[in-house]
Amino acid sequence: MSTPVLRARGLVKRYGQVTALDGADFDLLPGEVLAVIGDNGAGKSSLVKALTGALQPDEGTIELDGAPVRFRGPLDARRLGIETVYQDLAVAASLDIASNMFLGRELRRRGPLGSVFRMLDKKRMRDESAAHMAELKIGLRSLTQAVETLSGGQRQGVAVARAVAWARHVVVMDEPTAALGVKESGQVLDMIRRVRDRGLPVVLISHNMPHVFEIADRIHVQRLGRRVAQLKPSDHSMPEVVAIMTGALEVRDADGGTVVADEAAAKAVGVQE
Amino acid sequence: MTTATAPRAATFDWRRLTTHPTAGPLVALLVACVFFSSQSEQFLSGGNLSLVVQQVMVVGTLALGQTLIILTAGIDLSCGAVMAFGTIVMAKLATEGGLPPLLAVVTGIGVCALFGLANGALVTYVKLPPFIVTLGMLNVAFALTHIYSDEQTITNLPGTLTALGGTFPLGRTDITYGSVLTIGLFLLFAYALSQTAWGKHTYALGNSPDVARLTGIRTTRLQLGVYTLAGVVYGIAALLLVSRTGVGDPKAGQTDNLDAITAVVLGGTSLFGGRGAVLGTLVGALIVGVFRNGLQLMGVGSIYQTLITGVLVILAVTVDQISRRRARR
Repeated sequence: MSTPVLRARGLVKRYGQVTALDGADFDLLPGEVLAVIGDNGAGKSSLVKALTGALQPDEGTIELDGAPVRFRGPLDARRLGIETVYQDLAVAASLDIASNMFLGRELRRRGPLGSVFRMLDKKRMRDESAAHMAELKIGLRSLTQAVETLSGGQRQGVAVARAVAWARHVVVMDEPTAALGVKESGQVLDMIRRVRDRGLPVVLISHNMPHVFEIADRIHVQRLGRRVAQLKPSDHSMPEVVAIMTGALEVRDADGGTVVADEAAAKAVGVQE
Repeated sequence: MTTATAPRAATFDWRRLTTHPTAGPLVALLVACVFFSSQSEQFLSGGNLSLVVQQVMVVGTLALGQTLIILTAGIDLSCGAVMAFGTIVMAKLATEGGLPPLLAVVTGIGVCALFGLANGALVTYVKLPPFIVTLGMLNVAFALTHIYSDEQTITNLPGTLTALGGTFPLGRTDITYGSVLTIGLFLLFAYALSQTAWGKHTYALGNSPDVARLTGIRTTRLQLGVYTLAGVVYGIAALLLVSRTGVGDPKAGQTDNLDAITAVVLGGTSLFGGRGAVLGTLVGALIVGVFRNGLQLMGVGSIYQTLITGVLVILAVTVDQISRRRARR
């Protein structure tokens, strides 16, 4: 097994009496799409926030390309090449596409116009945005239109394009298809494929099992604050994975097979006669 | 890779012009001007138009600071009271205080900036609603104005404080230096908001503080800066007020906060934040000024002017709301 791009061991995060992360491990391998699934309250979003600097774990270590890292904020993670597409919090609605692509990382004009008068180089930002959008095959009529005039899928496209444009190591997407229709979801999944084809590993947090099975190379199952399984979609059926997620089945470490942990629950999801 | 933009850049984009937030207010201003010039021959004279500009100068400058705050989805009810306190500080220090006039002016502006900083700190760090914070600050500044001035109007101000009230001829019309300063300030902020990263970040903050923060913008520093900068602008408005009236009047500017908000809203800036432009605010302030002036020339009483201004605001907010709904479909 090659060195994980992003690796975490024993992450713990407590909020008062609540333990959101209870010794969670995490491995993301080069060039893969890794789906992170888990029931509500399993610690998915806490895990992802810890990996992208949005929260600081109380215990545990994170390594990027084998070197230990510590994120004090989202900016630290971003500087190290980890880009995140946050659910519902991806774009500034009234700004145009190019402004969104470069938000927080604007390009200024060369010479005194830029250094003294702080003038933005709007043309260069538009041109580079157009190139990135074209690379992900996101068709848009104009880069000067406000993103609030775009469809949900196009808006998500802008967010994904921005993440991909800046990511050097990892792209993390939190429920990128949650608010989208069937056709638009398909477009976003295509986009994720193209990102992977460029060699960037993708972490995909999703509730949508068909999407996970369609696109993921591996599945990380989060339950009760820790990782309970790492699976290949080809080795397991969808009901089985759901059963593992809910605790009805447990995965044997020895051979990756499953054992029934909760018979009633297993019957309920249809993985046991 | 310019294929996506090239066809649009070549032709003039009429659709963008009509959806520009300042387009509506500008049309309204022109219609008002045409109407009032048909009602009064005096209206379009250079002298009268210069008077309108002088009348809207103070409220317009207040509205400029207000626009910055409203763009971040905030509101500032304290702007008029803070300005009033600024005028008293300047006038008092320059007369009884015996400070060099220029230092008195700078101190007055500095005090206004401190009020802005205090508003900003309470909104940013304590996370209080801007409406409540600035409502409190309105009372604080109002009370301090009356305590510090001892309810007395301060007269015999040194010439430095009223220099902006001086005029120079442009054609046959006298223009005050203060009007030039006001328009210069508007142009400066129009540039900063549309052409710099600070401007983009301010709009992004108004759209959603969370989005702005997660894209790496230092939102606390930005928000604190916007409120402080607004305070500085109120300080400049204070100087303009002193130069226009020639005295330090503790009763001045008491309803200017609402007039300033009116100008911002009439100028097409959304009270929900993230949408609008300062040049719209200038147009909005001119609309208020033109209506008041025009109705006065027609012999309409001042209480009716207030009535009509109120109706205008409600109309403007309604248009804002409807157009936003249509933009989102």
